[in-house]
Amino acid sequence: MRALVLLAALVAVAAGTETFIGHQVLRIVPTNDEELQKVKELQDLEELQLDFWLAPRGLGHPVDIRVPFPSLQPLKAHLESNGISYSIMIEDVQTLVDHEKMEMLRSRRGLPLSTDTFNYATYHNLDEIYTFMDLLVAENPNLVSKLEIGRSTENRPLYVLKFSKGGTNRPAIWIDTGIHSREWVTQASGVWFAKKIIQDQENDEGLASILDKMDIFLEIVTNPDGFVFTQTQNRMWRKTRSKHSNSACIGVDPNRNWDAGFGGSGASGNPCSETYHGPYPNSEPEVKSIVDFVKSHGNIKAFISIHSYSQLLLYPYGYTSTPVPDQKELHEISEKAVAALSSLYGTKYEYGSIITTIYKASGATVDWTYNQGIKYSFTFELRDTGFYGFLLPAKQIIPTAEETWLALKVIMQHMLDHPY
Amino acid sequence: AAMELQPSHGLASRAATLATAYLCYRRGSPGRALALRSIRRARREDIDDVGHKYHLELVLEDVPDKDSTINCTAEVLYHLGSKNVAPDVQFTLEGELKNTDEADDVFYNQIRSLEKELVAENIPDSHGNVPPEMEPIRRLAWVASGYVIWQNSTENTKFHLAQIKRVKQMKRSDEYLEFDYTILLHEMVSQEIIPWQMTVLWHPHHGVQVTRDSRQPKHTLE
Repeated sequence: MRALVLLAALVAVAAGTETFIGHQVLRIVPTNDEELQKVKELQDLEELQLDFWLAPRGLGHPVDIRVPFPSLQPLKAHLESNGISYSIMIEDVQTLVDHEKMEMLRSRRGLPLSTDTFNYATYHNLDEIYTFMDLLVAENPNLVSKLEIGRSTENRPLYVLKFSKGGTNRPAIWIDTGIHSREWVTQASGVWFAKKIIQDQENDEGLASILDKMDIFLEIVTNPDGFVFTQTQNRMWRKTRSKHSNSACIGVDPNRNWDAGFGGSGASGNPCSETYHGPYPNSEPEVKSIVDFVKSHGNIKAFISIHSYSQLLLYPYGYTSTPVPDQKELHEISEKAVAALSSLYGTKYEYGSIITTIYKASGATVDWTYNQGIKYSFTFELRDTGFYGFLLPAKQIIPTAEETWLALKVIMQHMLDHPY
Repeated sequence: AAMELQPSHGLASRAATLATAYLCYRRGSPGRALALRSIRRARREDIDDVGHKYHLELVLEDVPDKDSTINCTAEVLYHLGSKNVAPDVQFTLEGELKNTDEADDVFYNQIRSLEKELVAENIPDSHGNVPPEMEPIRRLAWVASGYVIWQNSTENTKFHLAQIKRVKQMKRSDEYLEFDYTILLHEMVSQEIIPWQMTVLWHPHHGVQVTRDSRQPKHTLE
C-alpha cells in the first residue's frame, strides 16, 4: 500500500494536460489472484489518471489501460517491481488520434485511403494526387520513394517518384506527365503508371527484368501551379504561373523554356502567348529543377515527356529540320512502340520528328535532353485527335494509360537490350 | 509538280483537318458529326502564282458510331498571299453516309417543344462529360464550327472545337432553330484558345448555316 501511495505522490507532481501526446495504452493479463488484486487497486489511484479501456474482469482477461505521459514511468516501475508483466498496445495515443482524424477528413473529402481503393477512372485534384503518392510509398517502401526536386513559382513542392530495386545510380528512365497543365489525361495516366509499376514488377517478367537493371523516375504533376489553376480558374491553362515582365500576362510555356534552340522561331517572345519561351532558358523552376536533376544524376538513358492531344509519338528535333544522328534507330523504336500501343484498342498513332510531324518548336524538352546525350528522348501526344481534345472523358483515362504503357515498355525494353 | 507527303506529316495533317471541318459543315447535322480517323495518302502541289494544293485520301468516322468509317478524297487549295480568302475545298465521299433523318427529327421536335429557350454552358465539362441530351447540341456546334474553321484556316493553322462555353437558343417566328454559341477553338500551331461567337441556323433537311460569327477577345475565357 505504501508503494502505491508513493507512486501516486510521484505522479501528482506532474501536471496533467488535455492532449494525448506521449500517452500509451498498456495491456496486462493477470495470471494469478495476486496480480489481479494489484491491478484492481490501480483503479483507486485517481492521481495517476489511468483510463481503463478494459477493466479487470478475471484471470486471463486482458486489462487495457491508457496511461497519461506523466504516469508512465512511475506505473511501469511499479508494475515491474511487482513482477507484473505488461505489453505496450499503443506507443503514442495522440499519433493514432491524429491519424484517425486525418482518415475521417480524407474519406469525407474523398481523399484516397489506399492505392487499391483509389479511383483511376476519374480526374483528381492536386491534393488527391499528392496523397496517392504518399500512400504508394507507404505501401511499397522497398520499391518506391518520393523525391522533392524543387519548388514551383507558387512554392508548391515538385515531387518525383523513384522506383528502384537497389544499386547505386543505376541507368534510369525518366517519365514526366502534366508539364502542360490542361492536358489532364497525362497526369491521370501518370498516376496509373505508378500503380502499374508496383503491380507488375512482380508478375510481369519484362518489367521485373527492367527494374533489375534500371531505375524509373516518374514526375506526375510537372506543373502543379498550372494544374491547380486549371482546377480553380481556367480549365484551358497551359503554361506555368510565373510573372517575369511588366506585362499583365502570366506564365511561360515550359515546353519552350529549355536550352535547345532557345528563343528561335517555334516559340514566342510575347508573354501573353501560349508558347512564350520566357526571358531566358530554365527561367521556370519547374524546368530548372528537372535540368538540375538530370545533370546531377548523370545516368539517365531514356527521357519521355508526355503531352496530349493528337495521338503522336515524337522524337527530336523540333527546333531544326536537321535530323538527329540517331534518327533511324528512334524511328524504328517509334514504329514498334506505336504498333504495341495500337494492338490493345486499335488506337491509331502517327510518329516522326517533332518538326515534320507537328510544327517547329524551339526550346522543347526532348531536344535539350537529346543534346545532353540522352539518346532515347521521346514525346508522346496522347488521346484523342481533336473531338474531345483536352476535355477527354474520364472513362478514356484507363484505356489511354493501358495502351500508352505498352509503348513505354517497348522503349524501356529497347533500352535494356541496347545499353549505351 | 506534286510532292508525296508522309501521312504523318504536319502539313498533311493540317490540310486534312481543314478538309474534314469543311466536309462536316456541308454534310453534318445534330445527328451526324464527322471526324478525321486517318490520312491514307497526301500530296502537295505548288501552283505558281496561285498557291499550294493538297490532294488527300482520308478515312473519316461518324462520331457517334466509331465503327462507322467512310473513305473520302479531298483537295485543299490554300491561296497564295491573301489572308482574307478562305481556302478552296472540294471533296468526294465514297459511298453513303448513314441516314440521320430520324435522329434529326427527334432532336428538332424536342427543342421545338421546350417551354423555355434552351441555355447551357461548358459542353463538355472539365471532365469531358456531355449529358446525353446535349449530344446533338454538341454535334451541331462541331458541324457549325467547321464553317468558322474553314473560313479562318491557313497552311499554318490547325483548328479544333475545344469546348462550348455557352449556348443559347434564340426565339424564331419561322420553322428554323437558331442557337447563339460561344465556343472555344483550339489552334494547334500557336496553341491558342480562341473564343468565338457563332449564330447557327438549322432545320432538318436544310443543313446547317452559320449566319454570323466573330472572334471574341481573350478575356471572355474567365
